[in-house]
Amino acid sequence: MLEICPLSELPPGEALRVEADPPIAVFHTEDGEVFAVDDTCSHQDASLADGWLEGCEIECPLHASRFNLRTGAVDAPPAKLPIRTHAVVVEDGVIRVELSAEKPNLPPDIRARLGEGTKS
Amino acid sequence: MRRIAVIGASLAGLSAARALRAQGFAGRLTVIGDEVRRPYDRPPLSKEFLCGQLTEADLALESDDDDLQADWILGAAATKLDTSSGAVELANGTRVEADAVVIATGSRARRWTGCETMGGVHVIRTIDDAVALRADLRSGARIVVIGAGFIGAEVASTARKLGLDVTVVEAAATPLQLQLGLRLGAVVSAVHATNGTSLICGVGVAGLTGEHRRLRNTAPDRVTGVDLVDGRHLPADVVVVGIGGVPNIEWLRGSGLMLGNGVLCGANGQTALPNVVAVGDCAAWHDPSIGAAHRVEHWTGALERPAIAVATLLAGGIDQGTVVKPPYFWSDQYGSRIQFAGLARPDDEITIEEGSCDDHCFLATYRRDGRLVAVLGVDQPRLFTRWRRQLATAPTVV
Repeated sequence: MLEICPLSELPPGEALRVEADPPIAVFHTEDGEVFAVDDTCSHQDASLADGWLEGCEIECPLHASRFNLRTGAVDAPPAKLPIRTHAVVVEDGVIRVELSAEKPNLPPDIRARLGEGTKS
Repeated sequence: MRRIAVIGASLAGLSAARALRAQGFAGRLTVIGDEVRRPYDRPPLSKEFLCGQLTEADLALESDDDDLQADWILGAAATKLDTSSGAVELANGTRVEADAVVIATGSRARRWTGCETMGGVHVIRTIDDAVALRADLRSGARIVVIGAGFIGAEVASTARKLGLDVTVVEAAATPLQLQLGLRLGAVVSAVHATNGTSLICGVGVAGLTGEHRRLRNTAPDRVTGVDLVDGRHLPADVVVVGIGGVPNIEWLRGSGLMLGNGVLCGANGQTALPNVVAVGDCAAWHDPSIGAAHRVEHWTGALERPAIAVATLLAGGIDQGTVVKPPYFWSDQYGSRIQFAGLARPDDEITIEEGSCDDHCFLATYRRDGRLVAVLGVDQPRLFTRWRRQLATAPTVV
């Protein structure tokens, strides 16, 4: 479990980027729910924590792809692949995240930088 | 409507096809494209794809679960819109019958007249263009980029990264002044100098020089440099021409559509014909905020506006009164992310809301008569998103 921060430090409507490998984004929605997803958009290198939170949906700040925070699914293009979601527990007023063991869908420009680029 | 043809198979055409299905069109859908490739993303062509970070497969716009049930005719340019009989004629002789048409034929890069086939002279619009340019970007080579607009600046940035000696020539006194205004155009283009690119402004290009490597008695076959109108000569192994785009609308002459700088459209993509709408780079929608039609050659417009145009088309060419979001574009140069939304004019009042121009990290707003009309962010994505939303909800003057 990764300890994020006290819930009181993340007001509703706000997001926090957390350094992990790869980085994650933690959102506190206006409805009071807390979600954690991979921070990097699956389309191109952009931080979803910088994006626009509306309901349970995050819009990428760069190209306006939208993802469902509950499922990680793509709600609007240009993203083609879902983002990973991570289990969140709020206990004793502290947000904790259990990182997903699935393989992340990092965008191709990041993969290329990490030396995992595919050759066509 | 039983048969709809989308003419153009890039982002605007694909978005139109998706919107047609999403809005309930269940008839026969044909997508026609002049390139042989399936829809691909163009912005990386001057950046990540040009330097080899992204592959062609990475550029694909369609996802595995796209199921448009469409007939795709690729590698065939449309040559005539025959509205009297409801058909589109293609260069390969095919005739596609359609009750309604979405025009999404895009634009092409403007070339340097007389040097269209000279070796070492490039434009960037297609994957083939970028592949050809990449082969010429050898470390240590001298490249001259004509035009300091966004494409030119991105190519310059990529070429620097690859170790070339880069010079950018801009005819205007300040780069990007039309888009960002004089003051911030100068601020944003200052990154060239700090990254070792020479920027020459306020001087036009007189012509390109070339040499004969193969046949004499023909036009020069390889570029050697650029002559400026002030008499200077810039030696060059590679020249990139980044002087804007030309809408692909010649094929529509005689169709009954109104053509200007683009297909002239109403505020929701409607044309002079009730069963034809136009989207993307080839379309000039009427913009109530400035009281005129203009082409918006941005990726986001090609992504978002087709849904509005399709709603117009399915309603029989009737404007549904949808408020169109202000134009938005981004550019990545020398590791900086530049984002801009809205339309700026020379006399707008500019405020630096956050950061500083000297640090090249700031958020600036443009106001006209006290009203927010545009937002510019340099490496400020979070703040930019908030201001952009505010801009989208600001009332426009009709």
